[in-house]
Amino acid sequence: MTGGLALFVAGPLLGTALCFIVARSQTAQRVIALSVSGAVTVASIAVLVHVDTVGPVTTSMGGWPDAISITFVADRLGALMLVIGNVMMFAVLVYAIGQGSRDERSPWYAPAYLALVAGVSGAFLAGDLFNLFVCFEILLMASYVLMTLEGSDDQIRSGTTYVVLNVVESLVLVTGVALVFATTGTLSMAELPDRLAALPDGVALGLSLLLLIAFGLKAAVFPLFSWLPDSYPAAPSPVSAVFAGLLTKVGVYAILRTQTQWFPDSNRTLLLVIAAATMVVGVLGAIAQADIKRILSFQIVSSIGYMIAGIALGGVAAVAAVVFYIVHHIPVKTSLFLVDGIVEQDEGTSELSRLGGLGRRSGFLAVLFLIPAFSLAGIPPFSGFIGKLGVITVGLDQGEWWIVAVALVVSILTLVSMMKIWTGAFWGAAPDNRPRGVLRHHPLMSTMTWFVVALTLAIVMFAGPIYSFAERTAADLAVAPTATTTVGAP
Amino acid sequence: MSIAQAGLIAVLFSVGTFLVLHRSLTRIILGIGLLGNAVNLLILTSGSVPDGVPILGTGSDPADFTDPVPQALVLTAIVIGLAIVAFLLSMAYRSWTIDGNDVVEDDLSDRRIAAEPDVDEDFGEET
Repeated sequence: MTGGLALFVAGPLLGTALCFIVARSQTAQRVIALSVSGAVTVASIAVLVHVDTVGPVTTSMGGWPDAISITFVADRLGALMLVIGNVMMFAVLVYAIGQGSRDERSPWYAPAYLALVAGVSGAFLAGDLFNLFVCFEILLMASYVLMTLEGSDDQIRSGTTYVVLNVVESLVLVTGVALVFATTGTLSMAELPDRLAALPDGVALGLSLLLLIAFGLKAAVFPLFSWLPDSYPAAPSPVSAVFAGLLTKVGVYAILRTQTQWFPDSNRTLLLVIAAATMVVGVLGAIAQADIKRILSFQIVSSIGYMIAGIALGGVAAVAAVVFYIVHHIPVKTSLFLVDGIVEQDEGTSELSRLGGLGRRSGFLAVLFLIPAFSLAGIPPFSGFIGKLGVITVGLDQGEWWIVAVALVVSILTLVSMMKIWTGAFWGAAPDNRPRGVLRHHPLMSTMTWFVVALTLAIVMFAGPIYSFAERTAADLAVAPTATTTVGAP
Repeated sequence: MSIAQAGLIAVLFSVGTFLVLHRSLTRIILGIGLLGNAVNLLILTSGSVPDGVPILGTGSDPADFTDPVPQALVLTAIVIGLAIVAFLLSMAYRSWTIDGNDVVEDDLSDRRIAAEPDVDEDFGEET
């Protein structure tokens, strides 16, 4: 087990190289992509089980001591994100193969996708700040390629915004890395909490804000979100599904780590205000849109607000709620985009004004949409309710009434924006009275959508064990983080 | 950190920021190049002795040596910067082949709001 964590980055990157070698054969590329992504998924589940039963795992490269080497660390939070991320990426990969869009048939798709797998896995396992930056770069570079693969006018236009803003984000992050190193003399995530605590308050505040700007842009929080609703809809459906589910959550994951472990009890008011603004602006933006993908994209922004609110409230209970919320949000958001992909495959558009009566034509699709839609809005039997309940309970316990009020109102508005999609696309009669019947799409597409939706239902079914795991994760984050590296020597 | 180095980093940061705020993608790319260099120099100066060498093999006084870690980091950062600039250049070229310029356009919502009185026309045009 030990020593193998680097394979989560090295394996997919090797797969990328193999895909380039067999670029002429699409079948070979698909086989490589599927087997590598599948193997990484299975391995990540093994790591999660190991981490939960035995303890954190650390891999230090080249035999250097932990403090100065490139380290990969799997603790509960990292392993959990690794599992959910890889399961999603595998499901979307199968879905994309079923769809067989022009993008997917490009010889660059499989290599870029595997690089994305490497970057996302690496970011969740990074044991030092610079390593985190490098993994961010790997996943961003892959996302640039996937986003602009077709090279159409629309993709280049929105891709330019996406790439330039994310490059600026990377530069802010490296500046933060340089200043953290200059002030503390280390980049190891295990050593940083103690060293940062020893810094003067002003210096620590500056560093925390710099990192917050960098990760906040990636997570699309309030003043820094405008790139997201414009760029995600331009990508092909499976790509936007995996971006929507995962990439912002990588930013939230980084904020969660830095704000709870490195700068505890600081920025509380700032983060609460950002969270409230993010929720409100995101949901209002969603209601104002007239395109399924754009509505869904704005809802991502709104959901990020809930996560930031939980991070701001702090404490084991709030962090546990945030962890659960992230775990639920990734499959829910992914499945909504996958449903949109099926709609687009058949209708050729995701604009509400040109859709209608889909519910009458395919009841299955309507159910596939309704389950994650209710879940995102936080309707009781579904998974979103539990996550939101957790955040709101902590808000009430801590007497932050206003953030609770904002969260509740935004929940209702989320439902309104979902109803907009429902009435626009699924309800009523089709614009040109198309025949009743299942929408034309590859069976793999609906199978994978069912799989992801079933996963969200499984999260409700096993909410007890998952929530107690989230509580253990939060407890890990709350206690001295140095404990994560002393166990599980290389 | 010497004054000259700090001054150079400051100049690179400010000129880079100024260029990034432009509309033309070419200038943005130049700005990102300058910002990247500013950050790389900043990493380099975060080592203890900016003009020292990492390992000389003689002497044992730590004050004579600079920290080798930032030098390793900066190499990685330079390589990443190269890849990003290469990608941006190819995108600027693609943008130029599509519509003959490299101006970064407003996003869809902004354009829609700008054309508010005749929203329907905007809908038709974009599909």
